[in-house]
Amino acid sequence: MAEVLVYVDHVDGAVRKPTLELLTLARRIGEPVAVHLGAHADEAAKVLAEHGAVKVLAADAPEFAEYLVAPKVDALQAAYDAVSPAAVLLPSSAEGKEIGARLAVRIGSGIITDAVDVEAGDEGPVATQSVFAASYTTKSRITKGTPVITVKPNSAAPEAAPAAGTVEQLAVTVADSSKGTKIVSRTPRESTGRPELTEAAIVVSGGRGVNGAENFPVIEALADSLGAAVGASRAAVDAGWYPHTNQVGQTGKSVSPQLYIAAGISGAIQHRAGMQTSKTIVAINKDEEAPIFDLVDYGVVGDLFEVVPALTDEVKTRKG
Amino acid sequence: MSLRIVVCVKYVPDATGDRHFAEDLTVDRDDVDGLLSELDEYAVEQALQIKEAADDAEITVLTVGPEDANDALRKALSMGADKAVHVEDDDLHGTDALGTSLVLAKAIEKTGYDLVVCGMASTDGTMGVLPALLAERLNIPQVTQLSEVSVADGKVTGRRDGDTASEQLEAALPAVVSVTDQSGEARYPSFKGIMAAKKKPVESLDLEDLEIEADEVGLEGAWTKVDDATERPARTAGTIVKDEGEGGKQLAEFLAGQKFI
Repeated sequence: MAEVLVYVDHVDGAVRKPTLELLTLARRIGEPVAVHLGAHADEAAKVLAEHGAVKVLAADAPEFAEYLVAPKVDALQAAYDAVSPAAVLLPSSAEGKEIGARLAVRIGSGIITDAVDVEAGDEGPVATQSVFAASYTTKSRITKGTPVITVKPNSAAPEAAPAAGTVEQLAVTVADSSKGTKIVSRTPRESTGRPELTEAAIVVSGGRGVNGAENFPVIEALADSLGAAVGASRAAVDAGWYPHTNQVGQTGKSVSPQLYIAAGISGAIQHRAGMQTSKTIVAINKDEEAPIFDLVDYGVVGDLFEVVPALTDEVKTRKG
Repeated sequence: MSLRIVVCVKYVPDATGDRHFAEDLTVDRDDVDGLLSELDEYAVEQALQIKEAADDAEITVLTVGPEDANDALRKALSMGADKAVHVEDDDLHGTDALGTSLVLAKAIEKTGYDLVVCGMASTDGTMGVLPALLAERLNIPQVTQLSEVSVADGKVTGRRDGDTASEQLEAALPAVVSVTDQSGEARYPSFKGIMAAKKKPVESLDLEDLEIEADEVGLEGAWTKVDDATERPARTAGTIVKDEGEGGKQLAEFLAGQKFI
């Protein structure tokens, strides 16, 4: 059976959920071979094996942390040369897309980004994408070279599928030309204890109607009662009420959770572009004419400062 | 020694319009008005600021696209770019990201450059891979997804805000930079700028000028193929209630019914 390379996104060996989703999708087109760059490959290998990785190609080099992206491309290319895979899957993070793009140029292949599904097809893997602010669903494939596909979080439910997951060391030579962009310093983002926005099953977002940074705790309290991530519209971010890393929309993050709750968000096209593929959409807004209500499964026309705290209390009560 | 800055911009269908696919499953450009991609305005703005901070710099704005794409160049020129290059060729219709990066890389090399500035992504394809593709093709450093950027002493530095960390980056020129919408509000063209833009030179190039074969680009030469594009069915109308004191409770009831609580 053909092998499929899966690029592992991890933090110090803790494999992030989108990678487990990739392994599940990879099994539809072949045998997943995981590529783990950095330390703690043995820890990661356990989880990767549980989710179907037949092999884990591991490489660690200081250059991965010292320079931006390019050394990881060298490593992924080494894995590609070692395996001759039927496809290469990466997470649709900024870095995943950049690594995939550069690999595609090197191996003379096409690239598809932001797939929301990947299936086997007669002429190679078929990727489903959601485009034009989710107003269209497309099916595409790669016609030249080995398909390189990046996949959005929440595109598949990770399935357990125990496999060998044998760790093999991958020999990597980082080219001098890959040491062009130095990472001079790195400040880890302070953990909020909440799920990561793009990976979360539930997202609660606040917009212009939240009316100030001091009011965002109302949104956060609801999010915490549901175990959700917190998002913000561009208006709220531009006003300085919430960090840009939490921005949902065309110029922020695109999310596709099971449940999306928009509070005080009117639903401009730029925002809709980032959340329209959410499975269930709920909105709370004073303005009954707000375009967000065209999208909702359930909408409440009312003051978010009344409705959201009442909902939070009710959720807490019901959860006991 | 003048700092040569090339800004890559894209002419895109207006996102607030009703965007569609044409019969050949390329983007229907006749259907909706086009404009300079909003995210590229940030790139033009940062290029202008880099120029203002430099002793001597020149900004060339570059696009690949149909005749109308000239509008995107004019906008950038009216903001303050010095000159423009428009790559236009009938054989480019349907070119994908890999092909576009090939055309841009050749045009950038022909123009001459020390710094290439791009937006973080286009507002139509939204792939966000072009800056990395250009860095790979030009074999120069990529300093991408920057919320802050500056150029001094032959070096570009910037801040990249990622999911898990914020990084300070540094690379020697020449380099490819991409900037996010956090890099700073883009200026509006002044009346003077708009008038001046009319007189600024726009060079037109075709595939032959760039020594690219027709079969390396276009729909036929694309590395990817769209087999199917289906308009998403409109969402069925949801339940909408007015809050008369029970809105929060009613919503909780709905969420419980959907097993979210």
